[in-house]
Amino acid sequence: MKSLGSIRRSFAPWADPDAVPYIRVENITKKFGDFVAVNDLSLDIYEREFFALLGASGCGKTTLLRMLAGFEEPTSGRILLDGQDLSGIPPYRRPVNMMFQSYALFPHMTVEANIAFGLKQDRMPRDQIAARVGEMLKLVKLEQFAQRKPHQLSGGQRQRVALARSLAKRPKVLLLDEPLGALDKKLREETQFELTDLQQQLGLTFVVVTHDQEEAMTMADRIAILDKGEVMQVATPAEVYEAPASRFVAEFVGSINMFEGSLQKDKAGNTRIARSDGSMIYTGSADDVRAGDNVWYAIRPEKIGISSRQPENGIANALAGEVYDIAYLGDMTIYHVKLDSGQVVKAAMLNSARLFEDPLTWDDRAWITFAPDAGVVLTR
Amino acid sequence: MSRLVSAVASRLVIIVPYVWLLFFFLVPFLIVFKISLSDLAISMPPYTPALDGLRDFFARLGEFDFENFKLLMCDLLGYIGVGGGLCDSGFAADFYKRPYLSVAYISSLKIAFVATILTLLVGYPIAYGMARAPQSLRTMLLMLVILPFWTSFLIRVYAWIGILKPEGLLNQFLFMLGLIDDPLIIMNTNTAVYIGIVYSYLPFMVLPLYATLEKMDYSLIEAAQDLGCPPLSAFWKITFPLSLPGVVAGCLLVFIPAVGEFVIPDLLGGSRTLMIGKTLWSEFFNNRDWPLASAVAIILLLILVVPIMFFQRAQARAQA
Repeated sequence: MKSLGSIRRSFAPWADPDAVPYIRVENITKKFGDFVAVNDLSLDIYEREFFALLGASGCGKTTLLRMLAGFEEPTSGRILLDGQDLSGIPPYRRPVNMMFQSYALFPHMTVEANIAFGLKQDRMPRDQIAARVGEMLKLVKLEQFAQRKPHQLSGGQRQRVALARSLAKRPKVLLLDEPLGALDKKLREETQFELTDLQQQLGLTFVVVTHDQEEAMTMADRIAILDKGEVMQVATPAEVYEAPASRFVAEFVGSINMFEGSLQKDKAGNTRIARSDGSMIYTGSADDVRAGDNVWYAIRPEKIGISSRQPENGIANALAGEVYDIAYLGDMTIYHVKLDSGQVVKAAMLNSARLFEDPLTWDDRAWITFAPDAGVVLTR
Repeated sequence: MSRLVSAVASRLVIIVPYVWLLFFFLVPFLIVFKISLSDLAISMPPYTPALDGLRDFFARLGEFDFENFKLLMCDLLGYIGVGGGLCDSGFAADFYKRPYLSVAYISSLKIAFVATILTLLVGYPIAYGMARAPQSLRTMLLMLVILPFWTSFLIRVYAWIGILKPEGLLNQFLFMLGLIDDPLIIMNTNTAVYIGIVYSYLPFMVLPLYATLEKMDYSLIEAAQDLGCPPLSAFWKITFPLSLPGVVAGCLLVFIPAVGEFVIPDLLGGSRTLMIGKTLWSEFFNNRDWPLASAVAIILLLILVVPIMFFQRAQARAQA
């Protein structure tokens, strides 16, 4: 039997030009008075996809989710689900269910009654309801808590009840609003994997809203990064991290160093960036950028090497500076190096490597090195 | 030292209201109870002293007269039609040919009950509307609910006479609209009493309802709708059950004072509106039968202790 992971790896309907999106968000705008929460936003989400809407608070991600659920009507544009236009369909007639950030468990009902609530609305026969509730309780491992009231449960258990309740009706799409937001760090990490496993097992489409990039990276097949009601980039977690489309995305996801300058080609045909202090940074190829354009070279701290010894010639990019600050994180150490130009660059070193290196300390002279194609050239 | 002072201070803070209750509630109650055990007399005050001081207490223990309570009991037995034996002798049967105190009690409970339901029906939508109003409006709406308290209760009830009487504002208005040809007779009927009670006690219903509805998490309604529940059904399945503590509190806050209400039935009700508050008044001031009136008051209190205890329990449960 194939593991869930290998199914995941081969799942990429967005790369298939013939694949039909399951959810089509077409030019959605939502205004609250003068405030534009979502601005002419379009998205395609595929069946069985685990899709994350990532952004800071106020970026419009929750508004978009609420429009999918039917709690808000778009000011303009439309949403298609499996070919059906959802405009004007009230939340209680939409084939989607939502897991609320606050869980919104009914406090006057038992766990069992909470899970059965949606099924009763559908007038499902009683024995079938009982069977489905039992199945859901088993799925979230809460069988022995069926008769408890929500206030008698821990935060993690409540989260599971909310999940079971929103899954009970077997919705075409499950919307999750900050599903792990109220859990502590350890529980959150466990639950991330449980959620992805569950989504694979049930073969459902999940749309999750989160402000936590780590959460989005771990769980989602694709991530849409939102800012001020607009989509900045839609891509897989690896693409978002390795090939951000803009400085905003690069800085939002993870930690990054930026070198600004104008693009040039040297005599040998190599692409480089001329910086205002006269230094050059060699980059990988950037064919779509014209020479002379103002660009940013973005490089992750873990792709920068750091050493107390001056590197030999032949290394494309080597910049000197002083160790300005050291953050020891256990698994790795982040060195903040103040370059001679005055810019502070972060370089990460795994502590397994650090043991063999000469230990750098505060105010030491240090050199940072990186390969031209370790970073990306950004034009916006 | 300062800890001792604060301990004493905190005791004092508790003692003050208790002393207040002792002097202005328990002592008057005991005086009323004492009067209820004495006999009617043509004197000032109009009752024989049942006991004066502790010395008297044991001497007169045997002379305590439960005649008034017996009369009340016989009145009730007569009302349910099982009077006999005990009640044949005694002045109850001679003096009052038919039971009337029980009729007044029952009628009071009935009027208070119906009025409470009506107040709930009027108050719930108001409280709901307030709780769902934009945050900026809520304080003002709350003020509007409390505003009538700034005018004398008596004056407000009097104002209703001007509205409800045959040539009053309401009839003039309806006549002007051409809806009626003859004036509606509302004044001096039970309808007028219901209107008076609903109007006067509405804030007592609205405020606790508002308090429970306002703190309710609206995402619960959204969750219900999300799970396929249309809005009206979501109201009955989620909002209403969760507002029950407010419903119970509001109903008891209206029902308890409404049972003993005197001003409203006296001013708006007719001669046929029988409420125990009015009976109490006429026993005290028209018949000058203070002992019987006191007994009526004591029994009223006992009747109301039941819903009051129910209220207390509901409150305690809501807090738990």
